Amino acid sequence: MGLAGPWHLAKDVPSADLLADEIASNLRPKRLAFDTTHLTRWDSGLITFLVEANEICRQHGIEDDPSGLPNGLRRLLELAEAVPEKKGARSEAPKVPFFARVGNATLDYSSSIGDLLSFLGDVTLAFGRLLRGRARFRSVDLLEAIEQCGASAVGIVALIAFLVGVILAFMGAVQLSQFGASIYVADLVGIGMVRKMGAMMTAIIMSGRTGAAFAAKLGTMKVTQEIDALTTMGISPLDFLVLPRVLALIVMMPLLCLCADLVGILGGLFVGVGMLNLSATNYMRETISTLTLLNVFGGLLKATVYGALIGIAGCLRGFQCGNSSSAVGDAATQAVVMSIVMVVVACGLFAVVFNVLGI
Amino acid sequence: MTTSVNFANSGAPPHIVVQNVTMAYGSFVLMRDLDFIVRRGDIFIIMGGSGCGKSTLLRHLLGLKEPATGEIMYGDLDFTKASPEVRESLLRRFGVLYQSGALWSSMTLAENIGLPLGEFTDLTPSQIREVAALKLSLVGLKGFEDFYPNEISGGMQKRAGLARAMALDPEILFFDEPSAGLDPISSRLLDDLILELRENLGATIVVVTHELASIFTISNNSVFLDAESRTQIATGDPHDMLANSTDPRVRKFLTRGQEGDASANSHG
Repeated sequence: MGLAGPWHLAKDVPSADLLADEIASNLRPKRLAFDTTHLTRWDSGLITFLVEANEICRQHGIEDDPSGLPNGLRRLLELAEAVPEKKGARSEAPKVPFFARVGNATLDYSSSIGDLLSFLGDVTLAFGRLLRGRARFRSVDLLEAIEQCGASAVGIVALIAFLVGVILAFMGAVQLSQFGASIYVADLVGIGMVRKMGAMMTAIIMSGRTGAAFAAKLGTMKVTQEIDALTTMGISPLDFLVLPRVLALIVMMPLLCLCADLVGILGGLFVGVGMLNLSATNYMRETISTLTLLNVFGGLLKATVYGALIGIAGCLRGFQCGNSSSAVGDAATQAVVMSIVMVVVACGLFAVVFNVLGI
Repeated sequence: MTTSVNFANSGAPPHIVVQNVTMAYGSFVLMRDLDFIVRRGDIFIIMGGSGCGKSTLLRHLLGLKEPATGEIMYGDLDFTKASPEVRESLLRRFGVLYQSGALWSSMTLAENIGLPLGEFTDLTPSQIREVAALKLSLVGLKGFEDFYPNEISGGMQKRAGLARAMALDPEILFFDEPSAGLDPISSRLLDDLILELRENLGATIVVVTHELASIFTISNNSVFLDAESRTQIATGDPHDMLANSTDPRVRKFLTRGQEGDASANSHG
């Protein structure tokens, strides 16, 4: 076989299949030698081709004679074939049938619920230790977490809550003004925000903001063995890392929710005054008369529970993180998905329970 | 300065006893039939080729992973079956230097070293800071108390990690690849430091490494793990292994591939 011209990875290197076809169809040679007098330059492109050619020769029982190749090329070829392929190194992924995959995914899912429950138990025990004054974490960490999921989040929570208030008011206004009952926009927005949307929107923002941050932070600490370092120091990572974070969310979520409630009502007021020509005083009077303290506390209770769920989901996914940088990204994603799902499920449960209790 | 290890320690009482331990990830068995004794005051090397499970064995010794079967005993305490309280009190007597240092990145060096002191001793904050400064000066990092781990080099992080491992004057020090990422001189200084620690604190030291120079400088006892047969294939003083072992795999490793397996010479 004659090899001529430059052989570079960047240029088009001919496929070894051509050679295979040639050999299989008409030539049926006994020996393959190389003529490289017209070969100008070469790199791995040529070596790859030659390794494949070698393989083809072996399959067809043809003798492969590398003596015509340049010295450096021959040595690289020998090196590439010096160590035989390790048995089992190339894992042959068995073809898993569709139903088996569905089954496996379901089993994985149910085991993840098990993980969640056992983590929930661990966190509860840690809170028990906290109440008995035996949990160990640094107050600096708690304050930092409170800042991260409190003060720094107020801006975005307020913005979203205001817009939700405006949207609710718009939706109500279109229908209610047909009956000349525009003033009931105040009831709609007030009750909607305080009972449901305030807590819900805050929870969704916090899952994306803080839950993901917790998962990423703990995941990175896992990758860099900082969590192992805590464990082997005899310091429980659960007390030291999870407690301050979950505690901060439990404390700050009701406050954020209260802020969202107020700003949301303000958003409704904005629409009521600007579009429906209601007076601000009437709007506020209507809002106050329709809201009960029970509504408000119900909303705050929900926010507290959502806060705990977001914290637990974030920390759990962080702890379960694998040992690579992409695993940290996955952990953050899963934390957000998991906490939003849990918040929505909890919201449904609350609706049923509140309905039964007649709140 | 110490040049080479020369201490017979075979009469010392056993400190860590590993019996019939199998390490597994799920159903995948990584190593089986591990059986060795680390004596008090030993500098014990866990060696073997890359990826054979040295670091995993260390994780088992530290209780970060449970053995699939078998026991790990510290003195006469069965670590694998111990209650969480007993485990925690044992862990407090350990010092661990992780491969990358594993300093807590949100704390300064002084806080890193001070954390275990604050948790487990009755020292006042100013005393803790003094102890932290002392430990840092022992590893050549005097004056770096208020630096954060990401503000210093990798080698310095490693030394700071060692200072943290020594914070509570541990009875057993574990080192995971101490010389990885260090230049030859720093790595030599670390070896000297390890010998000094053994000499002056009487600590038992367990080192995971495949640095031959280190192995022959510091150790008096070892276990050799082999990835192919998935078990230990030699135990004892590496100097004796080099002198007397007839196993080609051990010879190949300890002579950097110059003896033992013939295929190692073909492209060296």
